Amino acid sequence: MSDWIEIGKLDDIPQRGARCVNTPIGRIAVFRTATDDVYAIEDRCPHRGGPLSQGIVHGAEVTCPLHNWVFSLETGLAQGADEGAVRTFALKRDGSRIFMDATMMLAIAAE
Amino acid sequence: MTQKLVVVGAGMASGRMLEHLFEADPGAFDVTLFGAEPRGNYNRIMLSPVLAGEKTYEEIVTHDADWYAANNVDCRFGETVTRIDRKAKLIVSGDRETPYDKLVVATGSAPFIIPVAGRDLPGVMAFRDLDDVNAMVAVAGKPNARAVVIGGGLLGLEAAAALRSRGMEVVVLHLMGHLMERQLDPAAGYLLQKELEGRGIKIHCKAQTKAVLGDSHAEAVLLEDGTIYPADIVVMAVGIRPETRIAVDAGLYVERGIVVNDQMVSSDPDILAIGECVEHENICYGLVAPLYDMAKVAARTLVKQDAAFRPVETATQLKVTGVNLYSAGDFADGDDREEIVLRDASAGIYKRLVLKENRILGAVLYGETADGSWFFDMLKKGIDVAEMRDTLIFGQAYQGGGQLDPMAAVAALPDDAEICGCNGVCKGKIVGTITEKGLTTLDAVRAHTKASNSCGTCTGLVEQLMRLTLGDTYNPAAVQPMCGCTELGHDDVRRLIKAKGLKTIPAVMQELEWKTSCGCAKCRPALNYYLVADWPDEYADDYQSRFVNERVHANIQKDGTYSVVPRMWGGVTSSKELRAIADVVDKFNIPTVKVTGGQRIDMLGIQKEDLPAVWADLGKAGFVSGHAYAKGLRTVKTCVGSDWCRFGTQDSTGLGIRIEKFMWGSWTPAKVKMAVSGCPRNCAEATCKDVGVICVDSGFEIHFAGAAGLDIKGTEVLGLVRSEDEALEHIVALVQMYREQGRYLERIYKWAKRVGIEEVRRQIMEDADKRKAYFDRFVFSQKFAQVDPWSERVSGKDKHEFKPMAELGFPQAAE
Repeated sequence: MSDWIEIGKLDDIPQRGARCVNTPIGRIAVFRTATDDVYAIEDRCPHRGGPLSQGIVHGAEVTCPLHNWVFSLETGLAQGADEGAVRTFALKRDGSRIFMDATMMLAIAAE
Repeated sequence: MTQKLVVVGAGMASGRMLEHLFEADPGAFDVTLFGAEPRGNYNRIMLSPVLAGEKTYEEIVTHDADWYAANNVDCRFGETVTRIDRKAKLIVSGDRETPYDKLVVATGSAPFIIPVAGRDLPGVMAFRDLDDVNAMVAVAGKPNARAVVIGGGLLGLEAAAALRSRGMEVVVLHLMGHLMERQLDPAAGYLLQKELEGRGIKIHCKAQTKAVLGDSHAEAVLLEDGTIYPADIVVMAVGIRPETRIAVDAGLYVERGIVVNDQMVSSDPDILAIGECVEHENICYGLVAPLYDMAKVAARTLVKQDAAFRPVETATQLKVTGVNLYSAGDFADGDDREEIVLRDASAGIYKRLVLKENRILGAVLYGETADGSWFFDMLKKGIDVAEMRDTLIFGQAYQGGGQLDPMAAVAALPDDAEICGCNGVCKGKIVGTITEKGLTTLDAVRAHTKASNSCGTCTGLVEQLMRLTLGDTYNPAAVQPMCGCTELGHDDVRRLIKAKGLKTIPAVMQELEWKTSCGCAKCRPALNYYLVADWPDEYADDYQSRFVNERVHANIQKDGTYSVVPRMWGGVTSSKELRAIADVVDKFNIPTVKVTGGQRIDMLGIQKEDLPAVWADLGKAGFVSGHAYAKGLRTVKTCVGSDWCRFGTQDSTGLGIRIEKFMWGSWTPAKVKMAVSGCPRNCAEATCKDVGVICVDSGFEIHFAGAAGLDIKGTEVLGLVRSEDEALEHIVALVQMYREQGRYLERIYKWAKRVGIEEVRRQIMEDADKRKAYFDRFVFSQKFAQVDPWSERVSGKDKHEFKPMAELGFPQAAE
């Protein structure tokens, strides 16, 4: 079952940019693409812990600011020759409002 | 007995519904039709051509008095419905009551008027019905009439184009970054903007309206950024909302619109609703195709036939004469999605298909839309396009054929496009000379035309022209592309930005036929720099294309914290400054304070959220950003010079400070570090810097192209000048030359090696006119660059960068 929590409005995030949401399981990065799609992933690069929310957003991908690993916002998988993945979190939009599914958060906290 | 049907709203949906109804069973109902406008049904989507004067009202009427009479419809046009009495099953309009057995609510939508001061002034209008059109036409007839259209969506742009074609001066204000963002991606939005601008319409994106100004009538529109556009009329076309007031009052279930089921029946079984006022499965519709589907379903429901409305994909076309634009489906990026992009800059064509598992999800077409319906058809049917993938984008008629021409961008340049900026050689001259003299080598072309004979930046373009002229017999040396998004190298891109006057990132990507829609982390910062450097007054810096350090004006560290380095002019400080730094270190528990190699103090380990507060405190002590993070001027290191040193020959500290105060804030291809030493003992280590000065008795020896990083390299001598003023002019001109020619991330020593030390010397030391021109261009660009980014952010700019969007706890209900 999903449990949707409102985290903010679409306009809170610049296009091709990101904002952070602080949660009990750590920081989650919420991205907005040029085409106004939103994605949420864990704000921590598996390589050296870089804050992915600070990277450059292109298409549905982000490039880590520390060592240029590129991740798919949709699958969380590292692109190109790098191997690794970040967790993704389900979002939904109702008009300009953005909601995040809290069940994933609870599942991680329970681990 | 014949049942009584009352219809509230005489628009396109209800008109179509009545047609279906009379067709299915002409005698089933006695129909009473209420309409808010004092006229019958007309084709509302053709209001734009009426406004443009291309059609008359009479031509767009869909149902005239004869039709209503023939079908025995009791028309109550201009009569306002005040209430629905569901218990008594009657409609109240003023003093009159009209009973119904079945009721259809088709009240459509109301224009959204943004809640700013002055919105009620005469002259502020929507673009919704014929009265609005007539009001606009009346004003447009006056000489020099001016219109401001708020809203760069479908409706606003149609209004703008129509008013412009009537001779008005038109400004479009749009809140978002590009036009029609709901239907178009940024690239197509750029093309549309360019087309409309070509017609004389001014487009202002990211425009936040603050107020409509005027005493008794609208006179101007004021934006949040202080811009004022004078206006005789202000057209609000920012959007619509379902008109649901009477439904809400009647206690029907209403969310955003009147909620209906698949049969178009509302929460009251005797009340149906159709058109823009309804909400079906959480969706409100505004385009005509689904409304017509609803009309059909409602008519069948009324005569008790089975029918169900299903959500439909919709396609959009802009009705502006001469603009071909088509969008359908979902064109967002996604990881499991692939895109096929075709850009033909010379023909002004852009096509983008979004595919998922070999099926079309979305299509955006600009310039050539003939295949729109073909793509849309395959989209709706979910046809597997694997077989035709390679040629899909070329359209239905395409049967095999040639490859895309990688040199199309150069081929499309006009003959008078300047290829070589150093020597002022245009394309026509180069092509003409190659043919005339039968030239076959680059060196021969250089010798005869002088093109690519100086800085060499245009070599790639000259070679492409040779290839175009000579065909495959000429094989240019391979150019390293900027990144995977393009075949062009940095130099070609820089030249083309100038030659074609490209002033935005979408413009570059479109005109130079980028292979991706949004670029990548390699090309976007480079393009952003090139545009900042080439159009300092016109280009709006794109922060989302900057690396995080330049976005938040601090240096990201390995743990995600930041370091802050305030500017200390020439490396000179004071007790007041040191005290302020000490106070900041204590107040924010900054873990590490370090003296840098550039004679500055670095505070490391600052949380991002604390940055604005740290800067506010430093700002109070007079500090500005040290740009220790920038591809720009970092530091000018100095020794104490003739002020204190017994060997000092000149005021090296003073000159260093003067250079730094003159040049701070400028962006460069890569970082620039300088130093001024007061004597040849060189305590400021000026001979391994990007630019260095060694003071001597007879003047100032200027050095450049040193390196002390990945490579170690002593500087080259540019030349000796007599005065401080001359030293400054030469240094500034040298850096400007580098700013104009350097490739992004290429340090001065690498640029100088590529261009030739001699060539730099010739242009800066020997050619006084050139030097002066470089100097002037640098001074001009500094007008827009010397703004302290820290104080801007202390005053609230880019607030979103420094605060989390939300703080979440665990949800209570989920236990």
